[in-house]
Amino acid sequence: MKKILFALLLFLLQVPAAPALTIEITQGAEGALPIAVVPFAWDGAGAPPPAEDIAAIVRDDLQRSGRFNPMPVADMLARPSDGAQVEFRDWKALGMESLAVGQVRPNGSGGYLVRFQLFDVFKGEQLAGYNLTTTERDLRFTAHTIADLIYEKLTGQRGAFATRIAYVTSSRAAGGDTLTLKVADADGHNPQVIVTSTEPLMSPAWSPDGRSLAYVSFEKRQAAIYVQEVFTGRREKLASYSGINGAPAWSPDGRKLALTLSKDGSPDIYVLNINRKTLTRLTTHYGIDTEPAWSPDGQEIVFTSDRGGRPQIYKVPSYGGKVSRVTFEGDYNARASYAPDGGQLTLVTRQGRDYRIGLLDLASGALQVLSDGSLDESPSFAPNGSMVIYATKINGRGELAAISVDGNVKQRLALQEGDVREPVWSPYTRNRRNQ
Amino acid sequence: MKATLFKLAGVLLTVLALGGCSTLGGGAADEQSADGAAVTDAGGGEASTSGLDAGGALTMQALENPDSPVYNKVIYFDYDISEIHPDYRDTVLAHGALLAANPRTTVTIEGHCDERGSREYNIGLGERRANAVKSLLLSQGAAESQIITISYGEERPAVLGSSESGWAQNRRAVFVYY
Repeated sequence: MKKILFALLLFLLQVPAAPALTIEITQGAEGALPIAVVPFAWDGAGAPPPAEDIAAIVRDDLQRSGRFNPMPVADMLARPSDGAQVEFRDWKALGMESLAVGQVRPNGSGGYLVRFQLFDVFKGEQLAGYNLTTTERDLRFTAHTIADLIYEKLTGQRGAFATRIAYVTSSRAAGGDTLTLKVADADGHNPQVIVTSTEPLMSPAWSPDGRSLAYVSFEKRQAAIYVQEVFTGRREKLASYSGINGAPAWSPDGRKLALTLSKDGSPDIYVLNINRKTLTRLTTHYGIDTEPAWSPDGQEIVFTSDRGGRPQIYKVPSYGGKVSRVTFEGDYNARASYAPDGGQLTLVTRQGRDYRIGLLDLASGALQVLSDGSLDESPSFAPNGSMVIYATKINGRGELAAISVDGNVKQRLALQEGDVREPVWSPYTRNRRNQ
Repeated sequence: MKATLFKLAGVLLTVLALGGCSTLGGGAADEQSADGAAVTDAGGGEASTSGLDAGGALTMQALENPDSPVYNKVIYFDYDISEIHPDYRDTVLAHGALLAANPRTTVTIEGHCDERGSREYNIGLGERRANAVKSLLLSQGAAESQIITISYGEERPAVLGSSESGWAQNRRAVFVYY
């Protein structure tokens, strides 16, 4: 009873900060799994409970994935916080297949111990149980980690909730546009400004360890490629040759950047060794070669080229070699990037007059059109390969959308005001901030 | 000699444009005259005599003179095309003549695209547009050192909105003099 009271208190004390991006499910998967995630009990005697409602964050994550149908808290007839308190028959009667319960305890100054258990309601069995230590400011990250663990246990696929997205926002003002490169949690919370400029900012790219972003900035009226550490803000200018300095892409080992330079005439693909500052030219064609992306094994680089007359995807060995064509369908395929398993590319493909997000199966060559907008661009895989996030235009406004690779789940991510574009999903990171 | 010819061509052009004569803007001849040959064909004498009175079209003041062909500092492109449209060829040639006559002047040519397609590809396309302008300027006797090109791709649209007319206004090259 006392615990329920505390849980209720926890619920009432919630003052969630407004997320930078609001995420709305526009289409969910059929047969979403019913799950109950009971509010986590506060087991801290007189100490103030944490400011975040962990179970609510977990429910929102699972709901947003489109693959789960979490039970509303109001429909719950009991609020167990430990396996010993669970009456499986009751949850079964409510149509639940899975149940998650948990507790939060103080753990040193400003620290918490979060305990949670996941049950198969039908079998009455525990599927997973974890103790997680965290701090006040990492509570949301811990909640996303719990959602990841639940997602993996129940779907067999690693979750991608405890990840982040980088994106560019644009707000129109009298003196001109203000562009901002931001990073937020994958659910749109905790937005953090990376860089702001009145000149264009574009093409953000995560380092494989998730600690740095490469991007293109036109500050000083000249395109240049910068690499900036997300946590410290420390940045370095890596390329500012004459002409185009664009489309940075990290090698999987984080030691090199593929990029587009036009210093030798037309835009071509180069590879920059970040430490040694040595530059290797990969393509030499008078057409436009741009938008390089590495294969997950680091062996190949795909890129966009109009050497055949229209933009298509080509590939080249990452140490140099023969260029070969990858896409043949349609007259506009661009901005490809590999799925984490290397089996597919997501790209921008023109269908009639519309620019849409496509999925190209590399083994069969089959192209599947995923999105249904008319100005869709900048697709980026989630690190578990389950979804693709991309930029779209809705009523003339730049928004982000995400779609599951099977096309079943669709999300819309909108800013309160202004335009948002160029989303890039982060890789997996071990921890939020403290490393 | 060649430079003189180009200057003459520039003068000619100015006169023709001021007089509303459109022999140079008339499409067919232009398309096959990327080297500016059609200009020298236009016959010399009278043009060189009556050319430069009205405020000196080949001085920098011409940039502010609504009657001068260099007053226009924006030219437009067809979709996914970087060749200079015949309608704007005169404008570019006039800027080339201006630069040739004012060798200490520099200009930045900005290349822009509409919002369709991928952003970095559009950076490439915008650069190609700026370079097309640059090579025509060079053909008029402007020096390499006078011309800076920059591509903004689709990053700095002139107008917002996803309409054919908006897109047409965004596919452009802009002459920026400092």
